[in-house]
Amino acid sequence: MTNLPDPLTSVHRYISNASEDVREMLAVIGVDSIDRLFETIPDEVKLTALLDIPGPWSEIESRRWFRDLAAKNKSAVDHVSFLGGGAYLHYQPACIDQLLLRGEFLTSYTPYQPEVSQGTLQTIFEYQTHQCLLTGLDVANASLYDGSTGLCEAVLLAERVVHNRKKVVIARSVHPQYTETVRTYVQNLGYEIVEVGWTADGRVDTAALREACTNDVFAVAVQSPNFLGVIEDYDAIREIADAAGAVKIAVITEATSLGILTPPGAHGFDIAVGEGQAWGIPTQFGGPYVGFMVVKEALKRHMPGRLVGETVDVDGRRAYVLTLATREQHIRRGKATSNICTNEALIALGANMYLSLMGKEGLREVGEQCLQKTAYLRKKLSGVGSVSLPFDGPVYNEIVVRTPFPATQILADLEHEKILGGIPLGPFYEGHENDFLVAVTELHTRENLDHFVAALTAATSRERR
Amino acid sequence: MTTILESDAATTAVPQSTNREGLIFEHSKRGRRGYQLPDLDVPEDAEALPASLRRGEIVDEVEVSEVDVIRHFTRLSKLNVSIDAGLYPLGSCTMKHNPRLNEELARTPGFALSHPLQPDHQVQGNLALIWHIEQTLKEIFGLPRVTMQPVAGAHGELTGILMVHKALAKSGNARKYILIPDSAHGTNPASAAFAGYQIKELKSNNRGTVDIDTLAAAVTEDVAALMITVPNTLGVFETDIKRFAEILHDKGAYLYCDGANLNSFVGIARPGDMGIDVIHSNLHKTFSTPHGGGGPGAGPVGVSERLVPFLPTPTVEKREDGTFYLDHGHPDSIGRVRAFNGNFNVLVRALTYMRSMGPDGLRRIAQIAVLNANYIRARLRGSYHLPYDAPSLHEVVFSDKLQTPKDVHTLDIAKRLMDYGFHPPTIYFPLIVAGALMIEPTESEPKEELDAFCDAMIAIARECEERPELVRSAPHTTPVRRLDEARAARQPVLRWKR
Repeated sequence: MTNLPDPLTSVHRYISNASEDVREMLAVIGVDSIDRLFETIPDEVKLTALLDIPGPWSEIESRRWFRDLAAKNKSAVDHVSFLGGGAYLHYQPACIDQLLLRGEFLTSYTPYQPEVSQGTLQTIFEYQTHQCLLTGLDVANASLYDGSTGLCEAVLLAERVVHNRKKVVIARSVHPQYTETVRTYVQNLGYEIVEVGWTADGRVDTAALREACTNDVFAVAVQSPNFLGVIEDYDAIREIADAAGAVKIAVITEATSLGILTPPGAHGFDIAVGEGQAWGIPTQFGGPYVGFMVVKEALKRHMPGRLVGETVDVDGRRAYVLTLATREQHIRRGKATSNICTNEALIALGANMYLSLMGKEGLREVGEQCLQKTAYLRKKLSGVGSVSLPFDGPVYNEIVVRTPFPATQILADLEHEKILGGIPLGPFYEGHENDFLVAVTELHTRENLDHFVAALTAATSRERR
Repeated sequence: MTTILESDAATTAVPQSTNREGLIFEHSKRGRRGYQLPDLDVPEDAEALPASLRRGEIVDEVEVSEVDVIRHFTRLSKLNVSIDAGLYPLGSCTMKHNPRLNEELARTPGFALSHPLQPDHQVQGNLALIWHIEQTLKEIFGLPRVTMQPVAGAHGELTGILMVHKALAKSGNARKYILIPDSAHGTNPASAAFAGYQIKELKSNNRGTVDIDTLAAAVTEDVAALMITVPNTLGVFETDIKRFAEILHDKGAYLYCDGANLNSFVGIARPGDMGIDVIHSNLHKTFSTPHGGGGPGAGPVGVSERLVPFLPTPTVEKREDGTFYLDHGHPDSIGRVRAFNGNFNVLVRALTYMRSMGPDGLRRIAQIAVLNANYIRARLRGSYHLPYDAPSLHEVVFSDKLQTPKDVHTLDIAKRLMDYGFHPPTIYFPLIVAGALMIEPTESEPKEELDAFCDAMIAIARECEERPELVRSAPHTTPVRRLDEARAARQPVLRWKR
């Protein structure tokens, strides 16, 4: 009735069982063909032809096609990149990826059976510990999808613990795509999102924040360093949020900043949530990344996602296990603290390796180099007549640069110089069409920075003509 | 191996544990270093950061060398079992072979070093890739559009139900309820709840499936959608699926398919042809991207024509000149479900796999996955109770009913399997089976591996009769033995402290 290939003669390199196996197995099952096993699928929905898709390709053909595709991108492979905005190009120690390729980590499942998953469980426990040390808070989970969905989960958590309030204040200088994601997540939950802008230094407008923080606000979320690169005054924000009885959420999109900046926990914030990509994860067009969330002790039973705890086995040996599972969807179903199941375990493991390898001194040194190189660039740029730096607040490794010309035009000029010069702010903030965001990391050399300044100077004078 | 395990030594000897590896924090020694950066090549500015913003030493953060790190993680890795080492028959998890070409191509520098906020003209390769995987999934699903933004199955569920909500709200009434069979995964009700719905549970019939009459009675004007796993968590196909769609559509409701079990019918039948309006597919199941100990994954969502306007933004579109762009202009979109462009590098892996398989290969996945599961079913029948006798596809669910008279339970059988070198099946799920043992071998497993697994299961069934204590006290040969899980929850220790 159809001209589909015969499963007895087909063969594929990823499928071991071939014709002889199939015959033997069918005999044990007691049917005469594989088709008989599919009789519960009604004929009216069964395909009578093969899918119309390419393949099968050999490795040789796949390499050719995918590499050609990758070659169509312009990227940090052959350009000097100053792109940040929530995804940063940092040093990636060589051993991390090679360890991540170990099949025992790469090809294992969520550690539901602890006796045969101690490797994964212990590494998650270590990861949780790193998160606590870095943020100055008490309890971290095993990971969330990314920073943006992490913020969603933090907002949902806050609403659960502060009863009968429906308003959340989010600084406009929180990554705009994060806030957009929150809007999507909560669209049917009856929340009101109030945005608060910034002042001339690029920090949250505390007067506006005070006004927004009425006693029906359940949470205040700010990002530091914020989307303009400026480091917020956590204490000032905490005071205002506390007066309203709101949960204080700190968003961190540049995780290496925690190596050198005072952490949110030290300033009395309740939740630190953010993006761990900067801990040695490739930018890879936006994912997979790893969301982290760390909360105060009092909030631990409201935490979304998986938690690993320490215990002992029957012989009294220390061991690790998924715990407090009654928060989770497989137990609580519709009443769970989150719907998250699969998370970003392998990326969190990479982050754990990065944090271990860099360690106490390396995390500080990465932070210091980012800080110093950014300060150097900032100083150099302030000497270029046609360039201004609109925000004068303290920064870590990102700055907003303004010229009298549309940012997209300037960046196109820089692209000719093999520079990916920054992220235009126009699409994110109205009236900022001439601004772009420039990120500097330990990977930039002084020569890169000087070249950037020279190219930008040339571009602005070219535009002027 | 079996003979050693059956000897008394296995029950009495001190467990031959692998050397227990301390925490990385316990390896720390002041002054050790695992990295080197180039010297700072710009003049140091002491005022680069106000002192009040600068943190002191990160107390207790580690100090180790690269040697320490490699030894530590290598030793820890050895405490895991994995699909690379053998059958990992977790039902509903589709633990299949993870081809290494996928890993290699995902690491192509042009993909790995591209940035999510680059303008479209700089990332034509990436946008083309997203476009191509969407085209391929459209054909696999038989649906007109697929969003590649969701990064996990549950994330896809939330995305799908938000679209249903928005579509209904736009036509005047978002409605109140999502119907979910009692055999469903826990993520289904959780996702529906976060999308703003209440849940009504549908009782399964004695085949473990949903009765047309039960459904017809439940579908009122208040029902937004049925969320159903096809085939269901017993591996049984909902033969009436097309009728379900008609009943729902007649009342203006939608049919959501949890595609966790797509592996059983990929290339054999298409969700769109069944009347399904929304389906998510876990690329880390059917399309071979590695589970990585719990992620990353990806959960693209396919939709029928009437849900297309509500897809998350941005979408990837192709111009007539062959170039690609991100389209942010969908006024009825539910919005963005994540920053940036989804788990792009999981998409690279999945598309590599789709191309490696091709149309006949994808079909063969389903054929051999179903053959393998039915082979296990045939071989273990008699040794274990089969609570639902309906023909099953890619997985088979047994129970511990034949073993409980000896006071041996599913958990014990699962732990004993570890002594035979196998990861246990999914246990105590689906919830409609008491003491469930849910076995999904996938197409990857050669007959010899299936036989070894079945031999082990049959040997354990015999042990349950003859030496139940041996099974109840298992595992005996793993790096650690049974854990005090109650203690972990009662007095949670969730981080290391000095």
